[in-house]
Amino acid sequence: MGYDFLSSPAGFPISDPAIPYDPTDSFGKAFIVGVLNTLRVAVLGVIMATILGTFVALARLSNNWLLSRISLAYIEFHRNIPLLVLLFIWYTSVFLQFPAIENSIRLPGPIFLNQRGFFFTWPRLNENGWIFTTALIIGIIAAIIIWSRLRKRREITGEDTNYARNSLIALLGIPLVGWFIGGGNPYWFDIPFFEGFNITGGLRFTPEFSGLFVGLVTYTAAFIAEVVRAGIQAVDKGQREAASAVGLNNFQVLSLVVIPQSLRIIIPPMISQYLNLTKNSSLALAIGYQDLFSVGKIAINQAGRAVPVFVLIMVSYLTLSLITSAILNVYNRRIQLVSR
Amino acid sequence: MSTVMKTAKHGEYLPPPDPPGLRKWLRDNLFDGWFNTILTLLSSAFIIFVGIGIFQWLVNDVDWRPITGFPTLYAVGQYPRDQLWRVAFGITSFAFLIGVSWGRSGGILRTISQFIGGFFTILALLPVSHPELTLGYRLFFISIPLTIWIGLIAGRSSFIKGRTFIILWLLYPILYILILRGFEGVEFLDNVRTTSWGGLLVTFLLSVGGILLSFPIGVALALGRRSSLPVVKAFSTVFIETIRGVPLISLLFMFSVILALFLPPEARLDRLLRALMAVTFFSAAYTAENVRGGLQAVPQGQIEAAQAVGMSNIQITSFIVLPQAIRAVIPAIVGQFISLFKDTTLVVIVSLNDLLGIGRSIINSRPEFLQAQLEVYVFIAAIYWIFSYFMSLASRRLETSLGVGQ
Repeated sequence: MGYDFLSSPAGFPISDPAIPYDPTDSFGKAFIVGVLNTLRVAVLGVIMATILGTFVALARLSNNWLLSRISLAYIEFHRNIPLLVLLFIWYTSVFLQFPAIENSIRLPGPIFLNQRGFFFTWPRLNENGWIFTTALIIGIIAAIIIWSRLRKRREITGEDTNYARNSLIALLGIPLVGWFIGGGNPYWFDIPFFEGFNITGGLRFTPEFSGLFVGLVTYTAAFIAEVVRAGIQAVDKGQREAASAVGLNNFQVLSLVVIPQSLRIIIPPMISQYLNLTKNSSLALAIGYQDLFSVGKIAINQAGRAVPVFVLIMVSYLTLSLITSAILNVYNRRIQLVSR
Repeated sequence: MSTVMKTAKHGEYLPPPDPPGLRKWLRDNLFDGWFNTILTLLSSAFIIFVGIGIFQWLVNDVDWRPITGFPTLYAVGQYPRDQLWRVAFGITSFAFLIGVSWGRSGGILRTISQFIGGFFTILALLPVSHPELTLGYRLFFISIPLTIWIGLIAGRSSFIKGRTFIILWLLYPILYILILRGFEGVEFLDNVRTTSWGGLLVTFLLSVGGILLSFPIGVALALGRRSSLPVVKAFSTVFIETIRGVPLISLLFMFSVILALFLPPEARLDRLLRALMAVTFFSAAYTAENVRGGLQAVPQGQIEAAQAVGMSNIQITSFIVLPQAIRAVIPAIVGQFISLFKDTTLVVIVSLNDLLGIGRSIINSRPEFLQAQLEVYVFIAAIYWIFSYFMSLASRRLETSLGVGQ
């Protein structure tokens, strides 16, 4: 089982790579591109599926009869049809049915929609742009930490810690320093435009990516909706009533009483839904989005080294699964402790 | 305020509540406050929008030829048309057995029998004329509910003994596979290669085979994971966690491509069997975790009580622990079976011709069908939907009849 072939040139192209890639790059690089392509669709998918799933669950619990029925239909539709069939429908019957490139749909922005994908205007980094971007991220994290620390101290000791002012200073101050160190002007706008019969520039979502992404999100959202609904319904009605009785308003009842308790129930099944989404993203192979599995499959044919490549694929998925569940288990343990 | 103060005193009655009329229902459920009214209007707009879209598609664009042209292909794939009696024989004997089971125990089996009977009755009475839907087929379809009925009568009488009944059920799958496959050089029962099997036949073989095989393996793995023998425990844990950590298509790929590299050519297993193994192991790992949850829910006192009356470990596991554990996790297990049923579509990726594979090969067979892909996928989705929905419905009935959660 030699792994030396990883440094030899791969010799096959990857469409829509997450980082710049060329067929002359090594097998190892091709593999990393595959992992990043999987991560890209999985991470974005998990975020969107959680948001959509929560909305569907809230609609299901709504006391509006019609809305609740629509949500039920949505859930039952997706739960009883194989994901692969839904992916084919999204890909071939939706995203490939957009007009040809010369008849692109133009939306303000400009955004172009056509058979080759969606093209958006997108900010990109200038030469020293990373300085400001890093400062921005540090500023946001610092603001969150300062807010929660100082606020907790106020709750415990009662002293006035000015948490709002201090975290606002961090939020604005750190990026401002970054702006001046980087020399200003951190971003330029990558605007898509027609060049002959092609569109260049901008951020592009290929039909393959869009099909996989939308299919995964809408499918997983139906399962997440059931998880969230079960979690919210499991909180005793008496808890809400007691919370309103001590004078909390509706928002406080939800955020301080219902959600913390339902999260305890929601998190464990939610972990397995996130893992399912990540593993299901390997169906990319069927519609031609080149993720970890499909890059690995090409590599097997190209390198003629079936077993080592296959071991790599399996180990990568196992690692992804273990990391995801480890992170969420830590989070789970924290919120479980809160409840005592 | 006076109306609020009016309470029922002794011998005095409050007026009856408002009759539950349509207007009251509408007000309570759809137009309860401005926010709800907006939601109702938006929902109605959404329904009308989707409804018009579907209606226009059905009226203007729809082209059912890729479906109506090949019903037998969707059902059995390329299985030789003069050998279809073998498939029919399997269905008929299944109908008989399920009828007998209904007669013996009722409950959930009644629901399943009625579903199968109803399904074939509808097929037999389809009000369309089609070259492939001959009178012979119609007679066969209508014979299924009749066979179930005969089985029901046989099951209710003491005509079939308990032991015979169990042996029949155990023999049935093996016998059916052998008849479908046939034997090399035997007249009337010639070998039909699995490469020509396809359509719903393969979908059902994979899902029923997967369910029947993965359940015992899953239970064994769950028990293994709680075993006090370190080797058994380690093996079960590693097996379960590895399989749960990788996607099903990587398993399918492993069994269909990688495994073949290790085995000498004469020891290579049949394609369909390899896919079945992948699906089975995959589902077994998930079933094991479900069963483990059930095992943890059995109170320790039950086991101690069983030990106190002198039961052996095997007796305790099989008569005390497992029945309670499995009963507690029936919904989860049925959920797992439904996802196995849906997951069988993935065999398309290792180029087996299940229902979806047949659909795709029909689409690719003629250029004009490329415009009718949506119709094919909608048809396939509808079939999966009906069967999955029926399975979850049956599971809910089973829960009530077993009193789970009470």
